[in-house]
Amino acid sequence: MSSPSANGRELTFGEAIKEALAEELRRDPRVFMLGEDIAEAGTTFKVLNGLVEEFGPERILDTPISEPGFTGLAVGAAMTGLRPVVDIMFGDFSGLIMDQIMNQAAKIHYMSGGKLKVPMVLRTTMGAGRRSAAQHSQSLHAWYSHIPGLKVAVPATPYDAKGLMKTAIRDDSPVIILEDKMMYKTVKGPVPAEEYTIPLGVADIKREGTDITLVATSSMVYVALEAAQLLDEIGVSAEVVDPRTMVPLDKQTLIESAKKTSRAIVIDEGYEQYGVTAELASVIADGAFYYLDAPVKRLGAMNVPIPFSPALEDLTIPNAKQVFEMAKVLCGKN
Amino acid sequence: MADVDREQWLHMYEQMAKIRAFEEQVNELYTSAKMPGLAHLYIGEEAVAVGVCEALRRDDYITSTHRGHGHCLAKGAVLDKMFCELLGKAAGYCRGKGGSMHIADQDTGNLGANAIVGGSAAIATGAAFSSKRLGNGRVAICFFGEGALGQGVLYESMNMAQLWKLPVVYVCENNLYNEYTHHSESTAGSMKARAEAFGILAVEVNGQNVGEVHEAAQQLIARARRGDGPAFLLCHTYRYHGHHVGDISRAYYRSKDEEQEWKTNRDPLQSLKDWLTANGMADAGIFEQIERSVADEVSVAVNYALNAPFPAPEEVSQHVFA
Ligand SMILES: Cc1ncc(C[n+]2csc(CCOP(=O)(O)OP(=O)(O)O)c2C)c(N)n1
Repeated sequence: MSSPSANGRELTFGEAIKEALAEELRRDPRVFMLGEDIAEAGTTFKVLNGLVEEFGPERILDTPISEPGFTGLAVGAAMTGLRPVVDIMFGDFSGLIMDQIMNQAAKIHYMSGGKLKVPMVLRTTMGAGRRSAAQHSQSLHAWYSHIPGLKVAVPATPYDAKGLMKTAIRDDSPVIILEDKMMYKTVKGPVPAEEYTIPLGVADIKREGTDITLVATSSMVYVALEAAQLLDEIGVSAEVVDPRTMVPLDKQTLIESAKKTSRAIVIDEGYEQYGVTAELASVIADGAFYYLDAPVKRLGAMNVPIPFSPALEDLTIPNAKQVFEMAKVLCGKN
Repeated sequence: MADVDREQWLHMYEQMAKIRAFEEQVNELYTSAKMPGLAHLYIGEEAVAVGVCEALRRDDYITSTHRGHGHCLAKGAVLDKMFCELLGKAAGYCRGKGGSMHIADQDTGNLGANAIVGGSAAIATGAAFSSKRLGNGRVAICFFGEGALGQGVLYESMNMAQLWKLPVVYVCENNLYNEYTHHSESTAGSMKARAEAFGILAVEVNGQNVGEVHEAAQQLIARARRGDGPAFLLCHTYRYHGHHVGDISRAYYRSKDEEQEWKTNRDPLQSLKDWLTANGMADAGIFEQIERSVADEVSVAVNYALNAPFPAPEEVSQHVFA
């Protein structure tokens, strides 16, 4: 892992995000946040608790339930001198805001021949596993990644979440950050107290290995790490690579890792059909073809609306056992 | 009539004449296959853009629509860069990457024409939000056709604008038709009442009378600048040409008689001419002079644009990210 020493300081995923936002709000008076129930309530997930006390309701702004309206308002505000951070409670509401994001935010810089800029951040959630059913469980980062003009980050650790958030806020292009809602409280990790940022477009090797590359995004990093543990026990050394940002994509690190190990599986929580796994697998297949001992495999969410019943929901998301079994076959260990 | 002196009246006439001459030239470029893409002409509606923009400072913001040439020119865009953009040339406002439906010009506060009906309602509101937050006294004007009254984002924007007292004026140009459909088939109830439901001050004017538009705009803009919140200006107007230049056979949605009636009896340029003449502020000679100089400007600009180079191929992948 690439994190510099945090001297034992640990934050949860949610705390790291809040710390990034607080630092940027303090650093730059143009930064402000808007979304539903983000001020006193600190969001549905309580991630922003306390920010309104420090920065006031002018900078931590509760909006009406009007996702297209306030997302578009942020686009206009970003074009005219402010640096908004929009909070969309559930990534599933992306359908509502898509015009503002894909036709407006993503295209304005290009359509204006570089004259106008849209320095905004859109934070939203992804991830199944909370028994929230089909309209509150999707991971739609592939949608955003499909549109030229948007940068897309899917951090997996508190360290990455903080560093990527700070960079995103300082970026002059629209950046979408998708946060796994299951990780806000459950994931804890080292975060140094001193200032740092992480550039967009640099993958991180979460675990070194020599026999197979597991490319994993967001919460799937933990699934991959668990699978790597299982593989260790049968003498297979797995490398876990986290691209961290979908756009820009650090193709080189993915390709180099696959060249080194000669096998690769791509694991992502978005729907498998036409999804992120297809893109990443194709990057590896193309860039490391002559080094590969097996076809690149992929594992995404099942192509079904996420069901409510725990008995069913758990079947839809990739798990460590599946990754382990797939890796075993690829490595000829069955 | 508005508190406007002779010089300003003549300037407004000149601006309207410039828009009309520009648009007539665009029509010609298009019909002679020199212009790529689509063009939605503003001819007939000139008094709205000019009446409103004459009440703005250069650093005030506007957002515009697919029928946006008039708004851009009224806000201060120059002819050669406009023609260059329409022809996809590198010297255009957007380096040829936006075209007719996306002209933006930061120098004149033009945040861009938008090809999504209702698409800029929230953007204009966001610009007003910035103005208020930064305390720079700028006002944002959101131009849109009555067709946008069907879009929810407009109402979401109005709700926030009124809640937060943002300096934005929503200017609805009711030219009777949403493409090929009369507004009575698409818009229930009262147009004005839609804004009033939010507690937004709504004013209705004859959009063919530049003085009337200007006077109302001045008041609403001054009010917004003072911090008294958003307003809605409903302008009744008419487009003389088709929805776009290719819309030639229009009999199935509107009659020739109707078109003729607006062109002959409610033309914004003619009305202003008549009024200025009757009030002894100008005569035929002055109007001819203005028209001639505008025509010359247009022909110089279009020739410049026709001969200007296209963007270099490398530009295709530039400006994806800032
Ligand atoms: C969201 C959206 N839906 C449909 C269209 C296609 N379209 C372009 S212009 C137009 C009619 C617009 O009518 P109005 O808003 O009254 O403006 P006008 O053309 O009369 O100036 C339509 C339906 C579009 N561009 N955007």
